[in-house]
Amino acid sequence: MAGTAVNPGRQSVPDLREPAGWRRAKNQIMTGLMGLAFLIIVVPLVLVLYLVVQKGIGAISWQFLSGPIPPNVMPLGFNGSGMGPAVVGTLEITGFAALMAIPLGVLGAVYINEYGGRSMLSRVISFMADVMTGVPSVVMGLFIYTIWVLHFGYSGLAGSFALACLMLPIIIRSSFEMLRLVPDNLRQGSYALGATKSRVTLTVVLPAAVGGIVSGCLLAVARAAGETAPLLFTILTVESTNTNLFSGANTALSAQIFANATSPYVGAEARAWGAALTLIVIAFVLMIVARIITARFTRYSR
Amino acid sequence: MEQPQNEVTAKLTVPQTATGTRPGSQPRPQAGATVFDLDKVSVYYGAFRAVTEVSMNIHENEITAFIGPSGCGKTTVLRSLNRMNDLIPGARVEGKIRYRGAGLYDVQASPTAVRRRIGMVFQKANPFPKSIYDNIAYGPRINGIRSKSRLDEIVETSLRHAALWDEVKDRLGKSGLGLSGGQAQRLCIARTLAVEPDVVLMDEPCSALDPIATGRIEDLMQEIKSRYTIVIVTHNMQQATRVSDRTAFFSVLRNEQPGRSDTRTGVLVEYDRTVNIFDNPRDERTQAYVTGRMG
Repeated sequence: MAGTAVNPGRQSVPDLREPAGWRRAKNQIMTGLMGLAFLIIVVPLVLVLYLVVQKGIGAISWQFLSGPIPPNVMPLGFNGSGMGPAVVGTLEITGFAALMAIPLGVLGAVYINEYGGRSMLSRVISFMADVMTGVPSVVMGLFIYTIWVLHFGYSGLAGSFALACLMLPIIIRSSFEMLRLVPDNLRQGSYALGATKSRVTLTVVLPAAVGGIVSGCLLAVARAAGETAPLLFTILTVESTNTNLFSGANTALSAQIFANATSPYVGAEARAWGAALTLIVIAFVLMIVARIITARFTRYSR
Repeated sequence: MEQPQNEVTAKLTVPQTATGTRPGSQPRPQAGATVFDLDKVSVYYGAFRAVTEVSMNIHENEITAFIGPSGCGKTTVLRSLNRMNDLIPGARVEGKIRYRGAGLYDVQASPTAVRRRIGMVFQKANPFPKSIYDNIAYGPRINGIRSKSRLDEIVETSLRHAALWDEVKDRLGKSGLGLSGGQAQRLCIARTLAVEPDVVLMDEPCSALDPIATGRIEDLMQEIKSRYTIVIVTHNMQQATRVSDRTAFFSVLRNEQPGRSDTRTGVLVEYDRTVNIFDNPRDERTQAYVTGRMG
């Protein structure tokens, strides 16, 4: 190793490369390992997408997105049938869950970071949110089943409650992290102009963090839209469209994927793939819409 | 309740008979009304006494500079003048600070009302992630000004006062974060001026700027001095001599009391006209500091 050290020959050009030996080798090994880790992460992701698109694309049509759910034995596309009720159900159940969880979660995060400080209440909320993240979704479904479904029966609303409980901790945690990143000197600048705390929060802190908050909320919504277990206990999974969120059994894409994929019939299986692709596309569209909205809010925060 | 006090005695100053004229400068006018009257002000962070018993008067339409070594409490005193210290948990002020006769820390005094009169420019320029226009209009909007034409007018005059108008007039809709360091600091000054404060506090406003940008801000301070009272904390003694009318020298006092954990605290050593502080200091610590033998 010592032999490769800088050779102070008078005319020679200095060798500025990393000296050969263990250090250079280590650098290369680590770079290689990181590349490998990236591949290992990307391969399943690409495979899942590829498989779902390949198997599901054949099912997708306007009729599939709007038509009624046929009995399992029927072939794909039978008599104008599809997954319409499930699309409607997923949109209303997840949408209403988001409507409940996003304001509550973001306000909770605002409280923890801006108002609570290191107070007991704020630390308790923060801790509980972390604990809630670890609660399995089945348990959340059972919880809603016990406190709501047993008293008021199955409904889309019960499903929304379960999904909202799942979203809440993710939204609180991610929003809190984003608010924490807002530099304190922005708050100070606003205070120095005579702004009240609520003004500072509404006009400086939240706008500065909105991009990250929207991303976090979206992640939570997308995760919840794909949840199956908590819905099984709360919406019962029927085949007909139910546009009334507040009463009567309902259905959802995730629940239909489960029901159809576990059925032995070819048509049902194809419908399950189609529903899976639909779910992914819904999440994707949501993501794009949210990006467009946040781009408007964050155009000044380069 | 806002009775301007016309007595001009600063408790720690020597009689102002020998008001020096700096070479090349006009003879100084009589000191204006007292804007701040600090009486034995001590500031605590929790149990730590950061500053001990500062008494001084700050005068209208003058630039007052706070100088001193790090940790001497000059920024702490500055921030206590518009209650920015309230934002730090555990911070507490003892003694009396009167602003134009009104108790700054009286129970009825609202920090937001105080800060609308007494603005602050920070060490690091902190433009909001909003357009240049919205940065300036922020303060006026807080104060309930909604009229577009009125806001346009305020934005233009504020930017003109901060000598930034010509550089940004064509890009008022662009982000305030896209400005250079010096421009961003002038934007922050303009933002402060937009609420038409009575006093502008500046906490080392030029410490991150190059000499040209610094020069522009110093010129700006001289231009706006006739309408505002300015208090500036600076580490740059040349800056203090260039811009200020009076200088307060703070230093760190080692506490000899046994059994106490906080062994140091900031004290006001000497407060006088700037020319006296630098050319004819009365305290040997001031002498040592301004001649570069200490700190």
